[in-house]
Amino acid sequence: MSITITGMTKRFGQTDVLRGIDLSVAEGELMALLGPSGSGKTTLLKIVAGLEWPDVGGLQVGGQDWLQLAARDRRIGFVFQHYALFPHMSVRDNIAFGLSVRPRAKRPGRAQIAARVDDLLDFLQIAPLADRYPAQLSGGQRQRVALGRALAIQPRVLLLDEPFGALDAAIRRDLRRWLRGVHEATGSTTIFVTHDQEEAFELADRVVVMGEGRIEQIGHADEIHDHPATPFVARFMGATTVLPVTLQAGRALGAGLDLTALPRRALPDGPARLFARPADIRVQPDPNGPWRIDTLSSTGAELRLLLSHPDLPAAEAQMPRRGAPSLARGSAVTLRLEAGSVFSDHRPLPAVPVTPLRKELFK
Amino acid sequence: MNPPDLIAPGYAVPPHHGHAARTGGARLLIGLAVGLTLLFVVAPLLYIFVRAFSQGWQVYADNILNPATLHAIWLTSLVAVIVVPLNVAFGIAAAWAVAKHRFPGRGILVTMIEIPFSISPIIAGICYLLLYGRQGLLGPWLQAADLQVMFALPGIVLVTMFVTAPFVAREVLPLMQAQGTDQEQAAVTLGASGWQVFRRVTLPNIRWALLYGAVLCTARAVGEFGGVSVVSGNIRGQTNTLPLHVELLFNDLNAVGAFAAASTLTVIALVALVIKTALEARR
Repeated sequence: MSITITGMTKRFGQTDVLRGIDLSVAEGELMALLGPSGSGKTTLLKIVAGLEWPDVGGLQVGGQDWLQLAARDRRIGFVFQHYALFPHMSVRDNIAFGLSVRPRAKRPGRAQIAARVDDLLDFLQIAPLADRYPAQLSGGQRQRVALGRALAIQPRVLLLDEPFGALDAAIRRDLRRWLRGVHEATGSTTIFVTHDQEEAFELADRVVVMGEGRIEQIGHADEIHDHPATPFVARFMGATTVLPVTLQAGRALGAGLDLTALPRRALPDGPARLFARPADIRVQPDPNGPWRIDTLSSTGAELRLLLSHPDLPAAEAQMPRRGAPSLARGSAVTLRLEAGSVFSDHRPLPAVPVTPLRKELFK
Repeated sequence: MNPPDLIAPGYAVPPHHGHAARTGGARLLIGLAVGLTLLFVVAPLLYIFVRAFSQGWQVYADNILNPATLHAIWLTSLVAVIVVPLNVAFGIAAAWAVAKHRFPGRGILVTMIEIPFSISPIIAGICYLLLYGRQGLLGPWLQAADLQVMFALPGIVLVTMFVTAPFVAREVLPLMQAQGTDQEQAAVTLGASGWQVFRRVTLPNIRWALLYGAVLCTARAVGEFGGVSVVSGNIRGQTNTLPLHVELLFNDLNAVGAFAAASTLTVIALVALVIKTALEARR
């Protein structure tokens, strides 16, 4: 089912949680909502699930207006961050729950439910755990049971809230690949929420970066990595150094900075800010260089440097230790930027879309 | 002997036995606790049975089988049978509303649930008397409708309900709050109706706390004296509950009768205590 969200806003008390979200998810797509906590991604997911209601906005799924539909009638699979398994039911009963609560006329027979649960147990590779209780399972096993319970009702849309948030790094990587496999096997439209870039980029077809209730950028991994659309995305993608530069005919110029590697940009002349990741800053020893090395530390594989300049904010650089030039604390250097994003300070104010209030349409 | 800080290497430190480790102060405190418990709790309880049986089994049996005493036992049981289920229903409803929903006046509701804990039961009795009594606010209306609330079963039930109202809610509420709403939300997304969510998810999660609250509620309902004594009118064989009957017999100078009746109350309390302890172990 394709999902179309239009002009959606939501406010909790004094806080704007969603400030005008427009988003389309294609049928069969696996989409990630990526953002720091408080960016509104979980609220958006819960609105699609029917567990929250927007103040304003539209939600069409497969051509149907889902804001007219209660959560229990939407037939979605929702996997909670902490799984929310029913502790007093066995794995088998947890997975069968969605089928066993159907109205009698639509409920499959006992044998059919059992067969469906067996299929899922095999598919999720947890058949030996069928008679255990949630308290007897590891985090990764619970995750699989939660997914099995959601898949049992053959959901039209699968929604996952921080699906790997509560797991160890090693298990996360395994489960990530496995979830991708599950998605390909079921082909259901899937949205998952995460604050982990690596997870979002590795797993999703497209990634939606959210910040403070807005969509900052939608795209593929390389696109978002190389061309962050906003200062927010640049920072979120790891740009820890922000330096003032001047734009002239599309070129960025900065005192004490070699910016010749940066491409020309269609931006107005004038003051701008340069956002750079530590790994994109090349440090070159130069007795006349304006920068000084303040701290120098090694993680074994990499060198990390904090650099200062008399007139500029501090910069952070990182490079492989092997092949690095000989550097020492206090020595003078120049900086060359291999990559970076430039945002003009003369940004036109974004036009605020005025959406008429149509509250009477919503519950 | 060497001072402790001068112990030479290789000096065998005497092994610490549990008893040896206990200082004189600890022993004194433990002894005091045990002694006071025996003196103030166990001895009076035992004395009830000693006095009840002081003139032999036959007299004890005669006193229990006295029609007025039997009626008091029956009345007290009837009150408990009516009050406890109602309070279980109220307790679940109140805890559910407070724990799983956000609404204006939620804080006030939490405070209201606790009121009966902080008000003396006799005040509750007097309030009901002033409200439902013959001279009370609703008195003329009740009389016109030919409804007898005071000095009858309805009054006793109402006051007992008031006094025992917080027990179930207070037990269930913290558990429901700790569990949050994720499981209920999961059940809803899986297609469960409101009743199915309650019956299959919420209720099984709180069952032990609920039973525990019901046991405490029963013990209190059976033993309530102050509030009930105001509204019952102490009519022997009609509105006399077991605690009131004990007082009545005692005032009649029938000590064996009073202690015999008291022994039945004590047995009920002890059974409740055993069930409560068993339930605590399950939780």
